[in-house]
Amino acid sequence: MRWLSRSFEFAGKVGDFSLRVLIDSLRPPFEIAQLSRQLVEVGNKSLALIVVSGFALGAVMTLHTRNILVTFGATAMIPAVQAVSFFVEIGPLVAGLLLAGRIGSGIGAVLANMRASEQIDAIESLSIDSFKFLVVPRVLACVIALPLLTLFMDFAGLLGGFLSEEFSSHIAPELYLNRAFNNLQWSNFIAPTLKTAVFGFIIGSVSSYFGYTTDKGAQGVGEAATNSVVVSSLLIIVADVLLIKCIFFLFPDTAI
Amino acid sequence: MTTAPSIAVEFKKVMKSFGEKRVLNDVSFKIEQGQALCLLGRSGTGKSVTLKLIMALMSPDSGEVLVDRDNVVGMGEQGLSQVRRKLGYLFQDAALFDSLTLYENLSLPLHRLTKKSKEEIDDVINRVLDDVGLGADGAKYPSALSGGMKKRAGLARALVLEPKILLADEPSSGLDRITASEIDRLLMRQREEHGTALVVVTHDVHGVRRVADRVAVLDKGNLVAFGTVAEVAESNNEIARRLITE
Repeated sequence: MRWLSRSFEFAGKVGDFSLRVLIDSLRPPFEIAQLSRQLVEVGNKSLALIVVSGFALGAVMTLHTRNILVTFGATAMIPAVQAVSFFVEIGPLVAGLLLAGRIGSGIGAVLANMRASEQIDAIESLSIDSFKFLVVPRVLACVIALPLLTLFMDFAGLLGGFLSEEFSSHIAPELYLNRAFNNLQWSNFIAPTLKTAVFGFIIGSVSSYFGYTTDKGAQGVGEAATNSVVVSSLLIIVADVLLIKCIFFLFPDTAI
Repeated sequence: MTTAPSIAVEFKKVMKSFGEKRVLNDVSFKIEQGQALCLLGRSGTGKSVTLKLIMALMSPDSGEVLVDRDNVVGMGEQGLSQVRRKLGYLFQDAALFDSLTLYENLSLPLHRLTKKSKEEIDDVINRVLDDVGLGADGAKYPSALSGGMKKRAGLARALVLEPKILLADEPSSGLDRITASEIDRLLMRQREEHGTALVVVTHDVHGVRRVADRVAVLDKGNLVAFGTVAEVAESNNEIARRLITE
């Protein structure tokens, strides 16, 4: 039973930490310069990973889908299958998990290192609120960057799928796009993309929690990085289930 | 009629424990503005904790910590912010911000806490960097600085807001004798030219003899000796005597 009480204790602490992020993000002074810096760190530096992964995943998925749909003589459905699966689920979820690894470990390790090397104490000693200065901009940057990076993953996946299909069947780009977006509704596109803002909040808050609150010195840096990735990834998958139910509730026509 | 000297830092019956371990036990002392206090003691006896209590980076379990007559225990964020403006803190490993250049490390508090113009900030930073002998290194990142340069850079950041009280955590640790004495000289100059009170945690007896007006010796959380270097050297407490003479 001890693990259960520890789990509840952890959930309470992370919840409290996340609530503080929400409250402090609405309270001036707003750390715009720090937010810009973190957007570059979180967004720009993750772009290559997202685009290359999306492209490769799109190409591989089309190859697999083609093999199955050929059996049913339904290869014309490949672009639609590709678009729906990428925009509705694969893009948001894979982007969330990849970025939990890329960003989560970075935030956890950087903040834990700052704690271990007394940089956070130094910020406090300069009369600067270290939570608002370090944590809030990182979480907000994740919330803003995740949906944008997800869009890049979606379209990179579609491009990878198109090139794969073009090699196989020499399909024209216009026809591919027409078939891809013909059955796609705005609700298939907007709600799943926006749900990644929640993934961003999870990654930012959880990783910042592990980094900011560590008290284990250098050993805590590695632990914070690992825990950030593991817990963020787990919570993203759980949150995905809940958010899909919410999306189905709010947009019943997306429930196929 | 003479006015009473201004008290810079005062501890009143301060207790602090971490779990079962008591690191400060009923500690009381005070130093006046412009004085230099060196805190001595074996590792793990609460010296760095004392500095962090003064800076209100942690709270005591009981007792009062007065900084320039304000009790920082239980003080709100706004009050703490005002008190911390009077303090400078040189951390043991300098604690410079890795992602910022030396210039940016110094400009951060000036931008945030003062209404100085860009030109005025440049002037202050250039002057402070020149004072610590790093005038040509403002564009460097902390990773490009040597141990001694980092200490001087940390000192520059601690001085940039012109504090009334300077806290220094082992300013000479890991440095050769010459660099250590340079750091001590910078601390002394700050005290002599600006009347800054110094609270210095150190293991360097040479540094203590150069800098200290008063010496406090902590052992197992207790303040076992307090006085001038000569008084502590004659103390009844063996630990205190050995720390100052061996």
